[in-house]
Amino acid sequence: MPLLEVASHSYAPAFAAALLRPDREPPSIVMGPRGKAAAKRYNVYRNNVMVSLIDALAAIYPGVQRVTGVDFFRAMARFHIRATPPTSPLLFDYGRDLPAFIERYEYARSMPWLADTARMERAWLDAYHAADAEPLSAASLAAVPSCQLAELVFTAHPATRIVRSRFSALTIFVANRSNDPVGSINAASPEDALITRPDYDVVVRHLPPGGAVFLTHLISGRPLGEAAASTLEISPAFDVAAGIAGLIQAGAFTAVTFGEP
Amino acid sequence: MSEALSPNASVATPLRLPAFPIGGRAGTSFKHEHLRAILAEGGQRGFFEVHAENYMGAGGPPHRALEAVRRDYPVSLHGVCMSIGGRQPLDQAHLARFRNLVHRYEPALVSEHLAWSTHETTYFNDLLPLPYTEATLGRVCDHIDEVQEAIHCPLLLENPSTYVLFRESTMSETEFIRRVAQRTGCRLLLDINNVFVSATNHGFSALDYLSDFPLSSIGEIHLAGHAEQADDEGDPLLIDSHDCPVADAVWRLFENVIGRAGPIPTLIEWDSKIPEWPILRAEAAAAQEILDRYRTATLPGDCDAAA
Amino acid sequence: MSAKNVVSSLILAGAVTTALATIAAAGPLTKAEGEAAMAAQKEKCYGVALKGQNDCAAGPGTTCQGTSTVDFQGNAWKFVQGGTCASIKLPNGKHGSLKPI
Repeated sequence: MPLLEVASHSYAPAFAAALLRPDREPPSIVMGPRGKAAAKRYNVYRNNVMVSLIDALAAIYPGVQRVTGVDFFRAMARFHIRATPPTSPLLFDYGRDLPAFIERYEYARSMPWLADTARMERAWLDAYHAADAEPLSAASLAAVPSCQLAELVFTAHPATRIVRSRFSALTIFVANRSNDPVGSINAASPEDALITRPDYDVVVRHLPPGGAVFLTHLISGRPLGEAAASTLEISPAFDVAAGIAGLIQAGAFTAVTFGEP
Repeated sequence: MSEALSPNASVATPLRLPAFPIGGRAGTSFKHEHLRAILAEGGQRGFFEVHAENYMGAGGPPHRALEAVRRDYPVSLHGVCMSIGGRQPLDQAHLARFRNLVHRYEPALVSEHLAWSTHETTYFNDLLPLPYTEATLGRVCDHIDEVQEAIHCPLLLENPSTYVLFRESTMSETEFIRRVAQRTGCRLLLDINNVFVSATNHGFSALDYLSDFPLSSIGEIHLAGHAEQADDEGDPLLIDSHDCPVADAVWRLFENVIGRAGPIPTLIEWDSKIPEWPILRAEAAAAQEILDRYRTATLPGDCDAAA
Repeated sequence: MSAKNVVSSLILAGAVTTALATIAAAGPLTKAEGEAAMAAQKEKCYGVALKGQNDCAAGPGTTCQGTSTVDFQGNAWKFVQGGTCASIKLPNGKHGSLKPI
């Protein structure tokens, strides 16, 4: 490559190198007017990058921020952003790695339920931006001849998400997504969340024991008969009728088809 | 109005969108917080600008809101992260998303920034500056050609707010922009607040910049508020913050430009500390009043009309 | 496919019938009720700002958030003040507020 071209295209790596690294010197390729210094001037870009990305994470994870308080959240977000800056220009896609980061983050160790709370917030935003689709109606299900029910295969609605937790992450999620006072929460009971957006609003529901397994089977394309049997093996008390009713009412599916007999 | 809000508008048949004229109108950034107030007012004169990236999701409330606004108003699609000023090739997936939005919403204006925001695989979420050289000129022109081929209408290129200068720059920003417009046929989005911010930060005259700017290529004007901080020497360093009303000095520059160039579509940008709708609407009304004072028979063409 | 790992059509038919009855019992809204509910839902949602949106505005400029080199100094506990984590408890007595490490 000719020397001139190297020089004229080197601004991006030189300028970018210190943006997320405050310990580095500002790039020597920039200056203020008439020989003025450029340190504070370059810092404007550093701040724009960091603050806007912290703000983006705070907007995606408002419940996590409410749990930890703003100062803790912003400090944690800054660590995360330096370790895992965005790779997509779409900010609503950013922060997918934050739940795993929270799990490893030494200062969040006493909040083992926080990562799952974050997973629910991420799933909420994915459901919010998911493709629009008409949910499966009860009438479509009623039209299926009973002898074919066991072979019925469900198509998941594009917004449908399941988040399972060993902790009460759903209760914590719900309590912290509003500004209402948060009462005492026992974090120890496992909770599974179903997130759907049948129309305009994202709705988050508590799945009964066995519900997450049942829905996971159905989403993966297993026929209804197999899905129900596998679920009952693990959760003998699972109420198949209530499970089907709940999933239809939540708008978790868009269609039913018949699998191979 | 209830039809505009039909629950599954975006999965039904494609919208048949009205082609509103945008010439001589003042508009504002579209913020979802304001949607109810905007729809309640009914179709007024005006237009709304959205950041393209916020509508690049597959579905959901963002598209429903934009569809509702687009039925009553012309819309300006403003990209914030194409990285046209970057040294690397344009992100093809992003360009495709941008083209799809232009196709879907038939915006009256389509714009992007003379800046970059992605380097290698990292997206920095800021409008970063570039040196003005023959080499960067060629690269920017190539990128604009590519975008214009994709969207089948002229792109408006926006002048940036900058806080630093590059030692390697060999030409002024106005010369750079003029040559880009000449070579690519793109049009220009003149952000007068950006001119004022950069002029203050780099100690040049905003009026000189504006007299050197190719007025006949301007398709849209941006006005916004800025914040004041200090540089290393303690002198004022203005920040393009979009979080407050347009400064008086910027209004005076705006009137100067409109007096010379005629009533160009003008947008009030407000992106942070967003006020109640009546406050933002009042800023647009102030711009409209100035535009109306300089009304002429010839109005700049729309993206739609040119397509 | 063995009968063992598939619930019989008969049982499934019963379950689906019950499910459909449950859904029906939730009450088909009258048209007016349905529209009112839909309008209320939209009204609520239209007030919601976009989450994680792209903007072209600059941030707060020369605050220290992008330039501080000191993220934590081993006294992270002070950062949780103001959060709700203190009301979230695990049975072993641990709760959300962090202790100095």
